[in-house]
Amino acid sequence: MNANLAAAIAAAISLSAVSAQAQTATGSMEKCYGVALAGQNDCAAGPGTTCAGSSTKDYQGNAWKLVPAGTCTTIETPAGHKGSLEPITM
Amino acid sequence: MTLPARAGLGFKPQHFAQIVASPPTVGFFEVHAENYLGAGGAPHVMLETLHRDHALSVHGVGLSIGGDRIDAAHLARIKALCDRHQPESFSEHLAWSSHGNEFLNDLLPLPYTAATLDRVVAHVDQVQTALGRRLLLENPATYVVFADSDIPETEFLAQIAARSGCGLLLDVNNVFVSCTNHRTDPLAYLDAFPLHLVAEIHLGGHEAEDLPSGPLLIDSHGAEVADPVWALFAHVLHRTGPLPSLVEWDTDVPDWPVLMAEAQRAERVLSHEARHAAA
Amino acid sequence: MQPHDPVARFRGVISGADVPPGLLASPPDEVAQRVAVYRNNVAHSLAQALARRYPVVQRLVGAEFFAAMAAPFCAAHPPRSPVLQEWGGAFPGFLAGFAPVAGLPYLPDVARIEWARGLAYHAADATSLAPEHLTADRPLALHPSLRLLRLSHPAISIWQANQPGGTGLCRATGPEIALIWRSADFQVPVLALTPQDAALIEALLRGLPLTKAAAGCDPVPVLALLLRNTLVCKGIPE
Repeated sequence: MNANLAAAIAAAISLSAVSAQAQTATGSMEKCYGVALAGQNDCAAGPGTTCAGSSTKDYQGNAWKLVPAGTCTTIETPAGHKGSLEPITM
Repeated sequence: MTLPARAGLGFKPQHFAQIVASPPTVGFFEVHAENYLGAGGAPHVMLETLHRDHALSVHGVGLSIGGDRIDAAHLARIKALCDRHQPESFSEHLAWSSHGNEFLNDLLPLPYTAATLDRVVAHVDQVQTALGRRLLLENPATYVVFADSDIPETEFLAQIAARSGCGLLLDVNNVFVSCTNHRTDPLAYLDAFPLHLVAEIHLGGHEAEDLPSGPLLIDSHGAEVADPVWALFAHVLHRTGPLPSLVEWDTDVPDWPVLMAEAQRAERVLSHEARHAAA
Repeated sequence: MQPHDPVARFRGVISGADVPPGLLASPPDEVAQRVAVYRNNVAHSLAQALARRYPVVQRLVGAEFFAAMAAPFCAAHPPRSPVLQEWGGAFPGFLAGFAPVAGLPYLPDVARIEWARGLAYHAADATSLAPEHLTADRPLALHPSLRLLRLSHPAISIWQANQPGGTGLCRATGPEIALIWRSADFQVPVLALTPQDAALIEALLRGLPLTKAAAGCDPVPVLALLLRNTLVCKGIPE
């Protein structure tokens, strides 16, 4: 191993031993979505309704006719979308 | 190695911290097998932690036992999960969910005929042989019936158990949902059910929709267990004595205290029936 | 498979075919509504599973649009296995070609972050290497959860601004490079890398030893990051 790399490794070890604040910052980026990553199969029946409208409209719906309506409008895009800054609730 | 004859709860990861902080007085936890087939990470650590203090039931939702074939690769993964965690029980559904190479993510109905009976028995046998353990098969919640069904569901389940050696999981909510939907009597269904083969009970919430002909019940697992289902539960236990009894809540999962209250209610019914049996 | 197989007959109605003969309800004229329960369950539960996998994409386009968009995605890329946590990897590519979201060109990159986080969450476990055993002349075994994404858009900033409670506001521009891993406490952070650090990690992921990977750059920040997060693991001995 060359001397520079050995020194670099030593420096990295001593740096890593210090509980760096940057670590906390990255760790706190996600909290609530961790659970969502855990899994998703269940044996429940889905929407709990048979209403004829929902079976054809909502679930076989036609996204081609809809316009994205979430927080996307807060980000400038090449198409120049700008608008409501209201965050949507999950 | 069996589940204790006490109340159990369906485990949801969002409740893990509370369960660890103050271990609840439930007899067992149940998880859906398909959510624990990843290679590593938190899901397996959570299962190991739960299993240290509680019995564990693994409940499959994707083997498609009523379908045209069992996916051998999926079955091998279920086996690896059971080998790794050694649950006290493994159960699946009298339903199908895969067709061709597509997974439809619902428990779909099948007609009850001699041909489908042969198919289901062969598949249960295949699963039990692969896992090296007895399977519990659950009665479904259904919304339609098939004109070519010529075996009653209760008889169909009894035949599967007799021919394959499997046990049965009696979902009391499914009994109420199906019987209400088909305008039949849930007590008559339970009278015909081979209760001596039941090794676990499921309780869950349903939703009702009003159709012109009367209520249509949906097995949503998204509400508290309904009063008529509690009554059927007591009716069953009166005949069988206490059994492992799970409260399932899979959609709009509530805070932990709400779930615990449901488990405690089940536990009260169980101890009442235990006293009755002793008397 | 026999053509009259009851399962095959029922399969069609899930995709919207007419109710086949041989299904009954009480009363008989409600059979279509009863069958709709199954059809709804399949469509709704898959849309829900996709939304749980891509919560930020859902927030960016809105729940109603997301649910509608799930239908053509499910039709084009149905799950092939019952393990839904492994389904949906084709979604970023689908978004890239889905005309109604062409005005949101960063959407596929956000989806790639969400997919990579799910993979990291479920990735295999590995035993970390004690720092003093670090060697410069042999390939390092990095944690199986570790993933590096080169993104054409500021997708990390957008993803971060759209976490629960976030404002959704994002002023970042230009490409970003994301490092994603599973931490010892099972969190899955997303870190923006400099191009220099990214090049070094990519070289290590390709199996180059430090002596080659670190040529011409300062490896200390990357090594400290990897060691601090126990991402250097005991590998298979040569």
